[in-house]
Amino acid sequence: MSLIEAKGVTVRLGGSVILANVSLSLSEREIVTIVGPNGSGKSTLLKTLLGAVVPSKGRVTRMDGLRVGYVPQTLHIDPTLPLPVLRFLGLPKRVSRDVALRALERTGVASLTDRQVADLSGGQMQRVLLARAIIDDPQVLVLDEPTQGLDQPGSAEFYRLIETLREDLGCGVLMVSHELHVVMAASDRVICLNGHVCCEGAPEHVATAPEYRALFGTGTQGALALYRHEHNHSHDHDHAHEAAE
Amino acid sequence: MILDSFLWRAGLAGVGVAMAAAPLGCFVVWRRMAYFGDATAHAAILGVALALSFNMPVFLGALIIALGMASLVSSLSGRNVAVDTLLGVLAHSALAIGIVAVSFLDNVRIDLMAFLFGDILAVSRMDLLVIWGGALAVVGLLSWRWSALLTATLNEDLARASGIDPVREKLILTLTLAVVVAVSIKVVGVLLIGAMLIVPPAAARVFAKTPEQMAVFAGGVGMASALGGLAASWHFDTPTGPTIVAVAAAAFVLSTIVGLGRQVRA
Repeated sequence: MSLIEAKGVTVRLGGSVILANVSLSLSEREIVTIVGPNGSGKSTLLKTLLGAVVPSKGRVTRMDGLRVGYVPQTLHIDPTLPLPVLRFLGLPKRVSRDVALRALERTGVASLTDRQVADLSGGQMQRVLLARAIIDDPQVLVLDEPTQGLDQPGSAEFYRLIETLREDLGCGVLMVSHELHVVMAASDRVICLNGHVCCEGAPEHVATAPEYRALFGTGTQGALALYRHEHNHSHDHDHAHEAAE
Repeated sequence: MILDSFLWRAGLAGVGVAMAAAPLGCFVVWRRMAYFGDATAHAAILGVALALSFNMPVFLGALIIALGMASLVSSLSGRNVAVDTLLGVLAHSALAIGIVAVSFLDNVRIDLMAFLFGDILAVSRMDLLVIWGGALAVVGLLSWRWSALLTATLNEDLARASGIDPVREKLILTLTLAVVVAVSIKVVGVLLIGAMLIVPPAAARVFAKTPEQMAVFAGGVGMASALGGLAASWHFDTPTGPTIVAVAAAAFVLSTIVGLGRQVRA
């Protein structure tokens, strides 16, 4: 049974068509990644699936009572807002310290409980956002370009964390990215979007599809290899330090 | 009875306004809505003119116009126009038009200064009832929606994914802002309401580690400023509303120095 399903969704914003006749579905324990160039409607599609944007045509169905854990692109928090990590995890629903701590442990940032959210680095912020997203034991994790601002080893490690969480929590994962090569290796299925669904399927299939190459060029095979190569180099990355602290 | 004393009434009025302005002011600061507060407050003078010409209570006229202005600004700021300029235009033209409108009321003799800078020493029992009723309603509404408001302030998409409608939360802020403006006119006047919203939270920021602490500390700073300002204006024979704001500003300077000192030591 699919957790979220979109059928023939068309979205118009301010007169222009952002999404045309897009269909997709996410099954349990599946990692689906939406890739596409800037302005291809990735974020709009995500918002439509979450119910924040109403399609002008087509239908979005979410499983009854679906628990969604959402990780936004970034969190621009005003420096005038004092907010410790632990309090952030209790928004909007207060959680016990134990529950919050367990979520932070899972994402490797248990040492940050009392830090101010505004003081976190990009990588720490993403892991704290992820911890908040999994606190309610979600059935779906939705991530909007979760590794923006991270370097490539950092992104690769973040996506491996997502895979681990999928195993541990048994949740489906829906994410948006334009870091194709890094994200592809961590996905079960890739949907290539450019206002409409250009092509979709297993990562290897999409990477060689002519529609995909027309959008992104042919350099991605090499980068895919690069990502696999970098598996060996994660030990000297700073996230490894955070996890070890 | 203590309410027979105009000084007690003034003190209670100041404390009531400070209590409501503090938590709302925190959101105004966190969401960078300072101009939004100013535009709404300045527009209220137009409401005063309207109320006087139609023989309505001043509070009601100010509330209606403030509500209209707050909704207008709130809906415009959603649409990516140059908000900063637009708010500036609205804030100042509302004030100018309001003052012009008041001057047309030649059959009523009113003290314009009282509405611009407040007239806390003339607070009646009825005013006190309105101020405390409005203030308690604002504090109640904000505490009830606190977590949702905070989540929507952090990130609208994050709020939506948690089942919170950011548009509704914004509406609550708009509504409470209009109420705070309307009840504050008598105490600090339309020109200085913005200061009562911004200055106490700014002073509280240095010492606060959580959003809740910041709201409570801001309330403390606001109330202390209201009472301290009242006492100072009594002692030095200065206009009370501006004196209250001056005391709050002094608190801000003091806390900023303490904050800087802390940074140097750290």
